Amino acid sequence: MLRTLLSGDLPRSRVLAAALIAILVALAFAPFLFPGTRSLNVAAKVLVFILLVASYDLLLGYTGIVSFAHTMFFGIGGYGIGIAASKLGPTWGSLVLGSGVALAVSAVLALGIGLLSLRVRAIFFAMITLAVASFFQILASQLSGFTGGEDGLNYKLPDLLLPGTRFLEAPLFGVEVNGRLLTYYLVFAVTAALFLLLLRVVNSPFGRVLQAIRENEFRAEAIGYRTAGYRTAANCIAAVVATAAGVLYALWLRYTGPDTTLSFAIMIDILLMVVIGGMGTMYGAALGATIFVVAQNYLQDLMKLASGAAAGVPLLPNLLHPDRWLLWLGVLFVLCVYYFPYGIVGRLRLGSGAPAR
Amino acid sequence: MTAPAASAPAAAAAPAAPALAGRRIDWIPLALVVALAAAALPLTGSGPTWLTLTVAGLAMGMMIFIMASGLTLVFGLMDVMNFAHGAFITVGAYAAASILIALKGSMQEASVAANLAAMVPAALAAIALAGALGWFFERVVIRPVYGDHLKQILVTMGGLIVCEQLIHVVWGPDIIPLPRPASFTGAITLGDAAIERYRLLAVAVGLAVFAGMWLVLNRTRLGLLIRAGVENTEMVESLGYRIRRLFVGVFVAGSGLAGLGGVMWAMYQESVNAQMGMQVMVVIFIVIIIGGLGSVGGCFVGALLVGLLANYTGYVAPKLALGSNILLMVLVLLWRPRGLYPVGKG
Amino acid sequence: MTEPLLALAGVHTHIGQYHILQGVDFAVPRGGLTMLLGRNGAGKTTCLRTIMGLWRASRGSVRYDGRDVTQLGTPELARLGIAYVPENMGIFAGLTVRENLVLAARERRLDDARLDWIFGFFPALRTFFSGFAGNLSGGQKQMLAIARAIVEPRALLLVDEPTKGLAPAIVASLIEAFRELKRTDTTILVVEQNFHFARSLGDSVAVMDSGRIVHAGAMAAFAADEPLQTRLLGLSLEAHQ
Repeated sequence: MLRTLLSGDLPRSRVLAAALIAILVALAFAPFLFPGTRSLNVAAKVLVFILLVASYDLLLGYTGIVSFAHTMFFGIGGYGIGIAASKLGPTWGSLVLGSGVALAVSAVLALGIGLLSLRVRAIFFAMITLAVASFFQILASQLSGFTGGEDGLNYKLPDLLLPGTRFLEAPLFGVEVNGRLLTYYLVFAVTAALFLLLLRVVNSPFGRVLQAIRENEFRAEAIGYRTAGYRTAANCIAAVVATAAGVLYALWLRYTGPDTTLSFAIMIDILLMVVIGGMGTMYGAALGATIFVVAQNYLQDLMKLASGAAAGVPLLPNLLHPDRWLLWLGVLFVLCVYYFPYGIVGRLRLGSGAPAR
Repeated sequence: MTAPAASAPAAAAAPAAPALAGRRIDWIPLALVVALAAAALPLTGSGPTWLTLTVAGLAMGMMIFIMASGLTLVFGLMDVMNFAHGAFITVGAYAAASILIALKGSMQEASVAANLAAMVPAALAAIALAGALGWFFERVVIRPVYGDHLKQILVTMGGLIVCEQLIHVVWGPDIIPLPRPASFTGAITLGDAAIERYRLLAVAVGLAVFAGMWLVLNRTRLGLLIRAGVENTEMVESLGYRIRRLFVGVFVAGSGLAGLGGVMWAMYQESVNAQMGMQVMVVIFIVIIIGGLGSVGGCFVGALLVGLLANYTGYVAPKLALGSNILLMVLVLLWRPRGLYPVGKG
Repeated sequence: MTEPLLALAGVHTHIGQYHILQGVDFAVPRGGLTMLLGRNGAGKTTCLRTIMGLWRASRGSVRYDGRDVTQLGTPELARLGIAYVPENMGIFAGLTVRENLVLAARERRLDDARLDWIFGFFPALRTFFSGFAGNLSGGQKQMLAIARAIVEPRALLLVDEPTKGLAPAIVASLIEAFRELKRTDTTILVVEQNFHFARSLGDSVAVMDSGRIVHAGAMAAFAADEPLQTRLLGLSLEAHQ
């Protein structure tokens, strides 16, 4: 039964399986295991980014396409909710409309970008997606009447999802059962469902063609696959799932702005997560996102201690300064590209004697 | 010797001889620059405003050219897209800033000679440090992944992140203000037009760099090798040249130019921050795409177009300004899908 | 009999997973012109590229002028006196005809007498000397490609399908040019599919099929043996004018 659920894509490594189970349990019971607003925020962010990075893995890891426009789709989802909730009022109807429009816009844009990618070389494509994402970012900050500009949009959600709405009078295991809890489990459920869907996609015949294209497009074309169609489809699926992640994030934060969704820093973060976790493995996205978001929030405390301890040594305090956590992740990222092309997941699998992906 | 009759028909069958015997440079893209400037004149309303904007546009274009030219040449010759190019720009700017701050006194004097006494060492330091970083990058970071474009993109992006963080480590996270040299602040007036002195300096430096590159590429054997190599590296090797030994040199030169561009850009903005290289990368990519990957001349024209357009639209239609260069890129690609001056490998 | 200028022994070449050359044993005698014939896909171009070091032989050896050059890189092979004219001609379109020739002249200066000799059988190159190579017609580009290979004396010329896609009149001038070249000391190895061209110029012939040499010998004998031609190439030299 587990096999069917995971579409036959088992972890293939005891350590990996253990880690994934731990992550699953931690996220499923986060409100109870880690009480407090901060930890719940981290958990929700982990969920959203697992989905976002998994969708990027479909593009980069499975199809071999490098695109810098992924945050654009993330942002479209966020703004879909944001604009609908702000302009049309916080009702379920407007949320559904907002999500629907966002998903449709993403699909169409992805179609356009996908068609473009067929006519140009990979490097050209990467540069153009960078320009397109940048253009979108400018658009979002310029159309401030619509999008709230640099400040973004703050909005309310339907009553069911508000923290004020209580479903049970007394707390359950010390946790308030309110709209916030419901929102969390909504994010959890959608993330889990879409992640399993992605697993299904990459383990299907369609997914195998994508991998064939990644390995050798020329040969795939020669065998008879119309690689054009497959790559475009991959672009669209990845974009739509990223948009869904954006929708979830917007629901959780009750805020959408250029810095939470469209910034290039987020694009870089996604790259770091997918490579360190493991390209072309899906589970790599889960691992990578968890490690990254947790590090982003808690590693800095650790580094502050280390930096203080190293005071007096030249340069070392600076290197260990909490703000420099990205330096170490960047180094890890580069090392992964050279030595661990399939990231942590690949390494763990090789360690158990299984193939890396 | 040979049978002239047999070869004469061959010559006659070829397209009409003497008219094509001379060189034919494609003047259209250059004409575009002039056309753009001319079109802007009625739109800006007044002559003096137009003049100010045009100089500003040319200055911006020149600086972008200096920053971008290395990247396009490296890509054309070595088929390597260095996404970390922005780091060379930033490093150059910081290196120069350190020197200019140390020589603050010289910068604040109102004499050109004193200012240059500070600026020239600063520029040299920028070129040297950026060049050294480039050398390190080519040898250690990029060499293992020649030919694999995917890994190149990832590795150079990683390098960019690490460089930016290291800049924070060495120079601190704060924005460092960088005032312009005293004799190049302010503006001179030509009739009713106010033209910033610094911008004139930028135009002069840009033209000098372009002239220098043009001379090397077109009048030296080294330049000949590079131009041929951009078109077809294999053939150059088949003619007996170990062109791969040139790669490091070209990469270092390109990085040094980026450093120089960084200095000019930093003084233009009057501040240095760790993101400045990354911030300008999108514009640089747009410029080299417009110009044609691998073409220095195309990069020059593209940079001027982008600089002029940004300044004109900034005055005439400010809302369009930020997105105007992307629109320009789309238009150019619709006209010439491989850029203004397509070169070899593209 | 002097030692052959070029000798391949048991050469295998793999491109990715494709095993193209499957044990090539082949000798090119000094002086004279050797034709390398074969059907499409037989491996003729791969053979030339392997000799020139553009693709590395996975097994076997290539000996040139008495020394083993299998592991040498392309620039080194060129410096030993081997000139290569690839199938796509390798013309630098953005450079002028003059610059193309200057680049090929490693001694750094073009020898006027030599140039005059070349212009003798390729007059178009004199006419368009200062023009961009990209503006030349197909036949003129081929002339330039060959001119580049001979702008300085070389010991061995490797030419890949020089007549491909050219009009008969141009092919005629190429035949004249090669006849001139045969008068020099240069050894020439030509891959061709045009059999009229092959028969007019070839002193020796070798035929490739499926990555191996299946026949080698004098051209005169091969040209006279029609059944052999049909068997190896699928048609006779006469029929394919």
